[in-house]
Amino acid sequence: MNDTVHPLVMTTHAGETPGDRRATRDQRHDLWFKRSMFGAAMLVLVLLGAIAASTLWGGGLAFKTFGLSFITSTEWDAVNNHFGAVVPIYGTLVTSFLALLIAVPVSFGIAIFLTEVAPPWLKMPVASAIELLAGIPSIIYGMWGLFVFGPFMAEHLSPLINDYLGALPFIGSLFQGPPLGIGMLTAGIVLAVMIMPFITSVMHEVFRSVPTQLKESAYALGSTTWEVVWDIVLPYTRSAVVGGIFLGLGRALGETMAVTFVLGNAQQFSASLLMPSSSIASVIANEFSEAYTDLHRSALIALGFLLFIVTFVVLALARLMLMRLSRKEGL
Amino acid sequence: MNANERLYRKRALKNAVAMFLSCGATAFGLLWLAWILLTTIINGFQALNLRLFTQMTPPPGTEGGLANAFYGSALMSAIALLIGTPIGLMAGIWLAEFARHSRLGTTVRFINDILLSAPSIVLGLFIYTGVILPLNLLTNHQVGFSAIAGALALALLVIPVVVRTTDEMLQLQPSTMREAALALGVPQWKLTLQIVLRAAKAGVVTGILLALARITGETAPLLFTAFGNQFWSSNLLKPIASVPVVIFQYAMSPFDDWHSLAWAGALVLTLFVLVLSLASRLILLRNRSH
Repeated sequence: MNDTVHPLVMTTHAGETPGDRRATRDQRHDLWFKRSMFGAAMLVLVLLGAIAASTLWGGGLAFKTFGLSFITSTEWDAVNNHFGAVVPIYGTLVTSFLALLIAVPVSFGIAIFLTEVAPPWLKMPVASAIELLAGIPSIIYGMWGLFVFGPFMAEHLSPLINDYLGALPFIGSLFQGPPLGIGMLTAGIVLAVMIMPFITSVMHEVFRSVPTQLKESAYALGSTTWEVVWDIVLPYTRSAVVGGIFLGLGRALGETMAVTFVLGNAQQFSASLLMPSSSIASVIANEFSEAYTDLHRSALIALGFLLFIVTFVVLALARLMLMRLSRKEGL
Repeated sequence: MNANERLYRKRALKNAVAMFLSCGATAFGLLWLAWILLTTIINGFQALNLRLFTQMTPPPGTEGGLANAFYGSALMSAIALLIGTPIGLMAGIWLAEFARHSRLGTTVRFINDILLSAPSIVLGLFIYTGVILPLNLLTNHQVGFSAIAGALALALLVIPVVVRTTDEMLQLQPSTMREAALALGVPQWKLTLQIVLRAAKAGVVTGILLALARITGETAPLLFTAFGNQFWSSNLLKPIASVPVVIFQYAMSPFDDWHSLAWAGALVLTLFVLVLSLASRLILLRNRSH
């Protein structure tokens, strides 16, 4: 409502009419309404800054005490009060990378299936089933990983991996180790199952946004389905697809429960993917409530700060890339 | 066979392989879903009984249930929704009604989307440094880990979900409706709350249900905010038990009877979350068909 031109206010000089009073009252209410809505929106904005600031402040002691060695030292020793975060950082990156390595091709396949291959009657149930997978709480994934998938890995997959991949030159050392069942590879696979539905639903959605004319002209020229997907759909949606992958990466980096159960919480550095390790989130989850010294607690909050910054960058990139596609659509 | 035909066969073969792999990927994805759901259901049903809802969390080796954990989860979720929903609704209304194309609106939307997938454990750390430590200082170490802190951490997860769905659902409402109301002289706040919001009710409720589904399964932010409690507690300033945290502790323990309690809790949790997401989808579908 405009506050300068109001016919009622302008015409009545002598005394206030009821309509006049109502108009000013409405105006006042509207102003307060708008202000309170604005306040809530700004709260969202402030929240993000506050999270970064408070974790930085909480981790300040650790950053001051260890300086750069906090992220270059492999020694995480609560007894001697020395904290270096290389192992959790490495564990976070490796498990997330493994998760992407598995989840991206599978998600891509499912998205193609849903947009190009599946008969109409099958699309809805499959899409809903995949979304169901996204709704399962992460702690269920963790439990399943610990009680079901971990033992399965130990009995069936780990020996196979040890025998075949462990014998390879150069990368062999990545795949050697006792069949414990828990470790970075298991965590990577559980994470992959977790982020697969997120990546799939983004890909599915953006593939559907490709103009039908584009695809049909390619089909009319005699393209196969695969050629349409690879040469028409994928180039058109490239930035959004990468955005979807980054969204999955953001999830994987910050995921706590699914990883904590199957990673083994080991602070020793080991090259093999079959060995237990730890991730930033799993260290915080395991040690925070048992951290009795200020330095230990501060080191854990500092880890949280690092995690927040990294995921912020990854998620921001994801959103920017997703926005590029919607701009193309003119939305 | 001439060159043309060879090329054609090669393309057809490539296509067949790609389509086969695509079907395979789908089967692979569904296999995990079936595997996880089946294990949860089978293990959970074996451990399911009435004691689960009537008795407290037991020491190892004795019988018990998760009654206090269910109560704690319900209490904290309710408070989280009470805090998070109004804030989320208001911010969503501002985005859709006042800042649809403004630069500030785009920024808030962007930040909200990041909050939506920010690691929940960091939110727990934020509540710890921002709420628990100050509370602890103010009350002279009387109040630390507490139900209210856990609820606040969960509210931080509710807000972005509600903001996003409210924003989207309000934007879907036709502008002719807004213009018709404004032409009748309806003030903006009345228009927004009583006409636009009411028209978008189904979508907004869906958002709240999704937020509830999200927070019921969250463990990480509760570990060091609500902490946990072996006993029944409804004191908001004391630590309180919650289902996911109990599942985490029990599953990581070496005791078999704790494991089966954890499975029972996991089953109830999963069913609850699945029913919620199904319900929200049904509400949306029914509303769309009108």
